[in-house]
Amino acid sequence: MADSYYDPKDLRKFGKISEWSEELGTKFFDYYGAVFKEGALSAREKSLIALAVSHVVKCPYCIDAYTKDGLQKGITKEEMMEAVHAGAAIESGATLVHGVQMMNKYDKLSM
Amino acid sequence: MATKSLKAKGNELAESNKQLDILNGGIFAEGELPFFKDKINEIGHFPLRPKKLEILQINVGYMCNQVCEHCHVDAGPDRKEIMTRETMAQCIEIIRNTGAHTLDLTGGAPEMNPDFRWFVEEAAKAGIKDFIVRSNLTIIRANKKYYDLPDFFKKHNVHVISSMPHYTRGKTDKQRGDGVFDKSIKALQELNARGYGMPDSSLRLDLVYNPSGAYLPGDQMALEADFKKALKEDFDIQFHNLFAITNLPIARFLDYLIASENYEDYMYSLVEAYNPAAVENVMCTNTISISWDGWIYDCDFNQMLDLKVASKVKHIKDYNEDLLNDRNIIISQHCYGCTAGAGSSCQGTVA
Ligand code: SF4
Ligand code: SF4
Repeated sequence: MADSYYDPKDLRKFGKISEWSEELGTKFFDYYGAVFKEGALSAREKSLIALAVSHVVKCPYCIDAYTKDGLQKGITKEEMMEAVHAGAAIESGATLVHGVQMMNKYDKLSM
Repeated sequence: MATKSLKAKGNELAESNKQLDILNGGIFAEGELPFFKDKINEIGHFPLRPKKLEILQINVGYMCNQVCEHCHVDAGPDRKEIMTRETMAQCIEIIRNTGAHTLDLTGGAPEMNPDFRWFVEEAAKAGIKDFIVRSNLTIIRANKKYYDLPDFFKKHNVHVISSMPHYTRGKTDKQRGDGVFDKSIKALQELNARGYGMPDSSLRLDLVYNPSGAYLPGDQMALEADFKKALKEDFDIQFHNLFAITNLPIARFLDYLIASENYEDYMYSLVEAYNPAAVENVMCTNTISISWDGWIYDCDFNQMLDLKVASKVKHIKDYNEDLLNDRNIIISQHCYGCTAGAGSSCQGTVA
């Protein structure tokens, strides 16, 4: 057993999740592959979305994977950082918008 | 960017057998990753055999005006190995009689060979269909004596293939050195002005893209579209095709992978991206590579690893195309670079 929760080498083993449930694993990877193909959005645009979401869900594997994917697709570091900020802005906005709930509750409870 | 070749620095990776030790040892010898031989055996392609010879690739020397960090040739201004006129004359004989339709001159910077122009003039007369010179672009702006190269290329109807790491200055200069981007842009504009790379022009200008780091190239068509759009919008530059080429773990790129602790991950990426469909058309199946001193190799990569062809014909002085084509190709783990994703060759993807 590893003595830490995250090991970069584990990303290489991602595909192995299918070994314990072939059916669901295959469904997942087929779906995943289809999502990131060129479509109404380009594969490049989707890669940037994935990078932003990786930061928001704070998945170190995804951050490694989509930084590399971005490099492969010729995405610049400026574009990558803007994507991360877009994710961060939504995340902080999502926190802050709850301030309205706090204000509502405050007002309701106060005379 | 590097300033000296590994050879000039006395780096042990300048030795081809040190490189082969690494490629055959470590994660492969320990069984973590499969040997290339076993992978292609699974699909009945071992031993790997040539098909019809289509391309003669001649390396006229390792001297270069640049010292790019990823260079698999370990080229640079300090490399003195260049082809003599005598060897060139032997090559011309071969070009006259070959069944190949394409001649591909590479280096180093081939233009730095003092007999380069003589060779091009003679080779252009030898009746080959497609005559390629791999030009790094900056050479055209490196010194006054090279300023007329675009005219010279045009005069001999040479097909120019040039390397361009990215359409932004930052990424280009990081891989190839300060000022490389601006010089390359200027050189491309000069070529465009002669008609090179223009839509419908018969003067072919293609670009080569290879990643500036430990990752594989993305989709060639998508990259080509991005390059075309950016170069046209920003600099009014046009070109025909973009070839996305994978960096093979050889020479300076291998040194970089090891020094940056990316070697294992990179080899995993290559093996993971292994595409059996690419095996059939790897470059060595239709190309041979000739070195500055006339030795014959399965490809430019094997040349740098000093793996001469497994044939009775090892040198151009004994050249015999039929005999040469009846051989087994020498492979090692660097070959995974040719079969990753859509595959990779000097002409771009193969699958
Ligand atoms: S990659 Fe090309 S331009 Fe760069 S050092 Fe090597 S031969 Fe010269
Ligand atoms: S590295 Fe050379 S020998 Fe190996 S597959 Fe590629 S072209 Fe063939």
